[in-house]
Amino acid sequence: MDQLFNRKYIIQGLFIVIALILLGKLFYIQVVSDKYFLSAESNVLRKLYKYPARGAILDRNMKVIVQNEPVYDLMVTPSEVKPFDTLALAQALEISVADVRKKLKKAKAQSAYQATFFDRQISVQSYARLQEIMYRFPGFRTQDRTIRHYPDSIAGQLFGYVKEVSPDDIEKSEGYYKPGDFIGKSGLERSYEDFLRGEKGVINMLYDAKNIAQGSYSAGKYDINAVSGDRLISSLDIRIQKLGEELMKNKVGAIVAIEPSTGEILAFVSSPGYDPNQLVGKDWGKNYMGLLANPYRPQIVRPIAGQYSPGSSFKPVDALVALQDGAIDPNTTFTCPGYYQAGNHRVKCEHIDGTINMQRGIARSCNTYFCHVFQNIITKNGMKNQRQTYAHWHDQISKWGFGQKLGIDMPFEKKGIFYTADHYDKIYGKRWGYTTVISQAIGQGEITSTPLQMANVMAAIANRGYYLKPHLIKGIGDKKVVKKEYLEKNYVGIDEKYFQPVIEGMRDAVNSSWGTAKESRIPNILMCGKTGTVQNPHGKNHSVFIGFAPMDNPKIAIAVIVENGGFGGSYAAPISSFIVEKYLTDSIKPKANGYTVKAFAETNLLPAIIDKTKKPKPVKADSISIKKLDSIKRLKDSLKLKSAATKTVATRPKGLTTVLKDKPVIQK
Amino acid sequence: MQQQQGNRFFFNVDWITVLIYIALCAVGFINIFASVPPEKSSIFSFNTLYGKQLIYVLTGLVLGLSILLFDGRIFNVFSPFIYGGTLLLLLAVLVIGNKVAGNQAWIAIGSFKLQPAEFAKFGTALLLARYVGSFNPKFRDLKSIAIAALIVGAPLVLIMLQPDTGSALVFLAFMFPLYREGLSGYFLLIFLGMIVLFIADFLVPTYILIIIITAVAGLFIYNNRRKQKIIFSTVLVTVLAIGYLFLIKVAYEKVLAPHQRSRIELMLGLKTDNRGAGYNVIQSQIAIGSGQVTGRGFLEGTQTKYGYVPEQSTDFIFSTIGEEWGFLGCSVVIALYIFLLLRLINLAERQRSTFSRVYGYSVACILFFHVFINIGMTIGIIPVIGIPLPLISYGGSSLWSFTILLFIFLKLDSNRMGFF
Repeated sequence: MDQLFNRKYIIQGLFIVIALILLGKLFYIQVVSDKYFLSAESNVLRKLYKYPARGAILDRNMKVIVQNEPVYDLMVTPSEVKPFDTLALAQALEISVADVRKKLKKAKAQSAYQATFFDRQISVQSYARLQEIMYRFPGFRTQDRTIRHYPDSIAGQLFGYVKEVSPDDIEKSEGYYKPGDFIGKSGLERSYEDFLRGEKGVINMLYDAKNIAQGSYSAGKYDINAVSGDRLISSLDIRIQKLGEELMKNKVGAIVAIEPSTGEILAFVSSPGYDPNQLVGKDWGKNYMGLLANPYRPQIVRPIAGQYSPGSSFKPVDALVALQDGAIDPNTTFTCPGYYQAGNHRVKCEHIDGTINMQRGIARSCNTYFCHVFQNIITKNGMKNQRQTYAHWHDQISKWGFGQKLGIDMPFEKKGIFYTADHYDKIYGKRWGYTTVISQAIGQGEITSTPLQMANVMAAIANRGYYLKPHLIKGIGDKKVVKKEYLEKNYVGIDEKYFQPVIEGMRDAVNSSWGTAKESRIPNILMCGKTGTVQNPHGKNHSVFIGFAPMDNPKIAIAVIVENGGFGGSYAAPISSFIVEKYLTDSIKPKANGYTVKAFAETNLLPAIIDKTKKPKPVKADSISIKKLDSIKRLKDSLKLKSAATKTVATRPKGLTTVLKDKPVIQK
Repeated sequence: MQQQQGNRFFFNVDWITVLIYIALCAVGFINIFASVPPEKSSIFSFNTLYGKQLIYVLTGLVLGLSILLFDGRIFNVFSPFIYGGTLLLLLAVLVIGNKVAGNQAWIAIGSFKLQPAEFAKFGTALLLARYVGSFNPKFRDLKSIAIAALIVGAPLVLIMLQPDTGSALVFLAFMFPLYREGLSGYFLLIFLGMIVLFIADFLVPTYILIIIITAVAGLFIYNNRRKQKIIFSTVLVTVLAIGYLFLIKVAYEKVLAPHQRSRIELMLGLKTDNRGAGYNVIQSQIAIGSGQVTGRGFLEGTQTKYGYVPEQSTDFIFSTIGEEWGFLGCSVVIALYIFLLLRLINLAERQRSTFSRVYGYSVACILFFHVFINIGMTIGIIPVIGIPLPLISYGGSSLWSFTILLFIFLKLDSNRMGFF
């Protein structure tokens, strides 16, 4: 019996061992592991996001240029749908009954229990009709949200567009964005996304096992209210932006206007443009494909992504650097026999001016003069040290922003090309000198720049020696915060005293009888400028004008490029003059030469679209650049249209009878 | 003894056990209250689960106290009739029972539903105690083992026919009182071995198991090479074990229902199915695990409140305790049970009559099986077997049957000095 009595302990021991096993497992799942706790949270807690209103954008005169517009989506939760009158719903939405069934099926496929889109952006009429009969469609509800609206329908490339985030965006944001969020994909919408988007609100909603919302967690203690995005004040002047887009109609090119004293961009035209409202809402896909299919490639933001040879518009910089270097003084003269002999090449001038000084050289855009200037700079320390002097010259020119990004508040800015001495070493070895690279003297060859860089050069000259980083947003939020980097002066390394003679040359280019842009004179305003005619191996040359006004205390600096526009004085200069006049006087007076905005706006300079397969014979435009430099050409070509034209379809504006002359083309 | 005549009904009752009983009923009520969806708990109503449970608890207490009014001797005397009655009920339920969730386990009497399997437990316990108490078998011979097996087996088979595997399994608890009364420990070891082999057969390929069994047997025979009897029995056991391994495979496919197979596979981690068959276990573990150390607090358990754990007020009531009261709460509940079980064993050992002792052991071991299987199931160490957590789970039949089970023993205990 005693022995059997001991069995009590075995049984009691078993009880205790089993109890310890239970406690051990409990200890693991309750105390050691937090897996179960997290699973419980994800069971019941779902974050509902409240979307803030995206920030509006105003122009410099506080006119709204980007705003939000309410739209209505029809949402459906398939599991809550009861048989309903499909015909009534179809009529309210103005779609077919078959469509209603199709959309319902699609929603079911997405999720039975979550509300999904049934129809996006229903019309206001549909919305009003629906509101009255909504009770007949259980499981359906309307949801309002806002989309972007651009009242002036201009500056598509500048504003960019807003779109639903891609999986890539979500990953990069490290959890900020969730599927269904919207994000600025290009332009200002992209570069100021962090300010415009505001702060999402969060409701920590509790759900029961049947996925029915049960109210906010802890009575909303951990919920966050949505904060609207910051309002941005743009530096843009919508009046001249509009004028610029009108003038650039049916042309490929760009306009950039800058307020020199602040670096604020007043106009930012990329042509051909498009209506930014096209890239909003449900027609995004269709319209975007349409833009991509356009052979003139409106999606390129030409002011910052178009890289053009500056051509003759480079000459003022050339002159200033030479003055600073002591290579010339304002009174230095050279003799122009109608060409410049660089080794066995000849750089042609279209006029024979004989002895010519700097001021007239600029006004007449004399190639000979500036080739001599360049020769003087590069050979000032003798023929042996040309590489070193070139490197020095390169540094000085770089200070103007050539070959580098200026850091504008827009994405995808290009740098342009500007070769260092090392680059040339790679191409020519040690055997190169000023004659090899002489085309740079007149802004051709291995140098390209964006319209923004050219306008910025003008701003620096207008300021007599410095520029402020060009930017599009001059105030962020209610406090109108300006980024600090936009308040710093960037000096270009030229003493103030050297500017006057160069600026006088530029004044003469517009305001003298011998100037290359004399047809673009503005009554009562002294505009200084420089024309450029950029060689285009694929067709008619590009017309370039850079300038600023007024001469003293300048208010606006501008760069205009019109592809296939021919001489700088033909299109770019008159277009500049209209914009400058409009900006400074808010009106455009009738011109003695009969130039009108209307005539220019109606001019079509779009190159004809030719079959890609019939490649035009490349015209060897620049005899000085060597065959090895094909890459540059390819780059330049890529800026123009893929299927570039061999001839332009140009129709001269009426009343444009005066023959305009500009600098000659360099030929062998 | 004489001076306490006026209080003789409640004389010598072990009030500590009664207190634990009340405590566990209170834990049950509180957690059933918490398990009811919030909008329904705004008005206290007897139509709600917790309202009904309160009635069950109060009537259970009355039932228990009235048992104390009986003369303890009648349980011994009437045990064959009580056993017979419960067998009849088990037969009746197979004919007139209501089918609920695939099991024909309930007899409806008006709006009241009776679950005979719950009452078969104390009927069996009483008859088994009567048999052991009257004939004092030592279970060394086949006959006494067979009689005991018959007493336990008859209700077990009838319950299996419902089919209610969970309740049937509980009858295996009677092995322990028999063990206490002299049944060889080998029966427990064999039983344990069968469970181990069953599980091992799922986790390890069969041929490896055979190699291991043969190797262990060979080693054992080598060590006892001079003892012929041991060699003979070892060979027998080895052959039986290997045969058993093959039998499992067949039985598993042919005998077990698909849902039982998937529950076993889920428990062993052979498959995961968080939406289907595994949903209950996973959600129960999530609820318990989310309680962490101190729990989310009374009525604060989100998994409980929002109905993530099915069957929460009945078989999965422990997940409410785990979520709202945390590891500390769970420990307290388990400690209450263990304290009750150990006390019952101690009480059983102080009985002078074998009848009372066997009955006491039966009560303790039935409770133990329920507690172990139920809690083990909610935390995923035992496959899902639908049996209630004693005194805590919602349900009148279960609560009353445990009350009767327990209070009969308390009555026997209070009469321990008397003579039968």
